[in-house]
Amino acid sequence: MKKILPAALWLCSQLAVAAPPAAQVEVYDFKDPVLEQRYQTLTEQLRCLVCQNQNIADSHAELAQDLRSKVHELLIKGDNDEQIVKYMTDRYGDFVLYRPPFKIKTLLLWLAPALAVLLGGFGFWRVMKNARQPKEQLPEAELKSIRNLLDKE
Amino acid sequence: MRNWLPLLVFAVLVIFLGIGLYLDPREVPSPLIDKPAPAFSAPQLHHPEQAFAPEQFKGKVWILNVWASWCVSCRAEHAVLNEFAKKGLVTLVGLNYKDEAADARQWLGMLGNPYQLSVMDKDGKIGLDWGVYGVPESFVIDKKGIVRHKHIGPVDEKSLEEVLIPLIQTLNGEAA
Repeated sequence: MKKILPAALWLCSQLAVAAPPAAQVEVYDFKDPVLEQRYQTLTEQLRCLVCQNQNIADSHAELAQDLRSKVHELLIKGDNDEQIVKYMTDRYGDFVLYRPPFKIKTLLLWLAPALAVLLGGFGFWRVMKNARQPKEQLPEAELKSIRNLLDKE
Repeated sequence: MRNWLPLLVFAVLVIFLGIGLYLDPREVPSPLIDKPAPAFSAPQLHHPEQAFAPEQFKGKVWILNVWASWCVSCRAEHAVLNEFAKKGLVTLVGLNYKDEAADARQWLGMLGNPYQLSVMDKDGKIGLDWGVYGVPESFVIDKKGIVRHKHIGPVDEKSLEEVLIPLIQTLNGEAA
């Protein structure tokens, strides 16, 4: 056992070296940490239109690379976040945003969860109300015949 | 009342999911529709010394078709476009997206050239301005220079017959 462990470790280290280098995401050198933070936040908010379920910060698609370089360019130019987001939505539409804006077209999207909770609450209230209501009283004659049947047992 | 309520909820769910089945998530609606075509000025593929800018085609209905020699589905589309160009209904302009000029010229030489001219967009800057995210894509621009339609993916016989040709005929009839 004592011999196996170092051998296993050695093997692991060799495997790690042999693994192909992960695809590199280009790194932008921001002099200003605030700008860098804004770059991070922005690229995490923008959707890559090719992969669709990835933001442009995580995507290796060529389009995501182009969009990242555009965000970088606009940041250096001194655009504020709103201007950069507008630049993207002007060209790619609201779909490029992970968080869709609140407008008439997206009303149902935003209100559906609240609506579902309300509907569920209403259903719950109805069920509870029915449960609390006293059971219907049977006529005395029927009760008597039931008692008779039970007593016979 | 209480008995058919779950059924109703289920029915609504089925309707929404059913609609969802027939939507193509790859087709992102373009915000450029009914807006002026984004301006650019870029060298032509066959005459790099000459530049082309969209405003040169004011008063004409034209199609900007985004293509590249590396794009596989462009090949299938290309045959359709060659046939379509023969009809002379509309001016076709190619936007050669992120391509090498030599490759692009060779490609057109081999497969035929349906375009009146192609412009080079080597770094994809024009494509970005037009909201291009997948090649091929085609934009229909009217006489006033307004983008009226975007076709995502390869143009085929069906989309020509059903959408593009009727639209172009209407636009050709409009006043400049």
